[in-house]
Amino acid sequence: MDKIIGINEVVQHFKDGMTVLYGGFMGVGTPAGLVKCLLDSGACKLTLVGNDTAFPDTGVGPLIVKKRVGKLVTSHIGTNPETGRQMIAGELEVELVPQGSLAERVRCGGAGLGGVLTPTGVGTIVEEGKTKLCFDGKEYLVERPIRGDIALIKARKADRSGNLVYERAARNFNPLMALAADLVVVEADELVDVGELDPECIVTPGVVVHKIVVTGGL
Amino acid sequence: MSAKPMDPKHIIAARVARELHDGDVVNLGIGLPTLVPNHLPPDIRITLQSENGFLGLAPLEGDPVPGLVNAGGQPCGMQAGGVFFDSAMSFVLIRGGHVDVTVLGALQVDQQGNLANWMVPGKMVPGMGGAMDLVTGARHVIVAMEHCTKDGGAKILKQCNLPLTAKSRVNKIVTELAVFRIDPGHGGLVLEELQAGISLDQVRRCTEAEFRISPDCQL
Repeated sequence: MDKIIGINEVVQHFKDGMTVLYGGFMGVGTPAGLVKCLLDSGACKLTLVGNDTAFPDTGVGPLIVKKRVGKLVTSHIGTNPETGRQMIAGELEVELVPQGSLAERVRCGGAGLGGVLTPTGVGTIVEEGKTKLCFDGKEYLVERPIRGDIALIKARKADRSGNLVYERAARNFNPLMALAADLVVVEADELVDVGELDPECIVTPGVVVHKIVVTGGL
Repeated sequence: MSAKPMDPKHIIAARVARELHDGDVVNLGIGLPTLVPNHLPPDIRITLQSENGFLGLAPLEGDPVPGLVNAGGQPCGMQAGGVFFDSAMSFVLIRGGHVDVTVLGALQVDQQGNLANWMVPGKMVPGMGGAMDLVTGARHVIVAMEHCTKDGGAKILKQCNLPLTAKSRVNKIVTELAVFRIDPGHGGLVLEELQAGISLDQVRRCTEAEFRISPDCQL
């Protein structure tokens, strides 16, 4: 099965109302080409799940600015003033999740788990509406899994079977998102033949990757 | 201490630096806490954890390196022996008690050790980012902040009225006026130290919370 596609072939996978998981932290590790493609597709009423909304002109920032997002699940919106403006104006539903809980919720989504127990958020507004359990005298919140229809992943290198390595701190949420969506699309800076990546160093196994776009198109 | 008055931020950072031990794994919040390493004596070596996914955060030297940014998204460096990981691992380290100390700012902190530093309803809602996990999971939580708000209001309160970041997790408060510790089970806030040239009256005037004075505190 050939997983390598051109950037123009990605657009058919975007639909209104879909849930999009994306890697990246302040835009570092967010696949800019795939985000542009999503923007160009015109898809709207998206649910976005990722660490932050970067800046208005980086990462997923432009999707917010162009009002393609109906719901956002994220840990931080402070660097993109447009996200806060839309949230306060009631144009955008925002669920703020502690960063570690967001990571675990996505991990659960990709790991076949029904949720995770975390002490983070106990005694704060984060616990509102959540089940609280007590074990050995310590309270935990039940944080439920998150899955997406599609995951947009940025890798440093991919081999033709989809095995991935990342670039330094651009790894962040990418390996988690790559496990938790029905369709996993990767934008890689470099494509290599199967066997060229050291199996000890591969972070994401290719079996979970469906489509690969090489940065700049192919 | 030199006769020249120091910037309050540097007074605070220098005092926080004395709380750190050789070998500590430390996560520093954005802003004032990032000044702390500049004040470490040469025999105290710490490892900085950056919650976007690595250990060994260091200042940028030379040109930016692709993909190497700190938790504020700014280009940075990495110590030899540093290691990258994904966000789940990053918060395993944070929540799992593998980070010895976190140093972060506050909008409010109270005598029960509650901290509020992530939102002002209706005004400023940046999101909590990693702060709730850090304050919940780090072994030792130090609040490093200027003692009062810009218009002179108290930030060290009987009870926080802004939404909390975490409940009863703050161990120490360092300001340009004083150092407090919090003993949740033993009467709350304890004044441990006055900063150089500061009187007890000054601290009382600027602090809403009730506090005891440690027998070791030099008045």
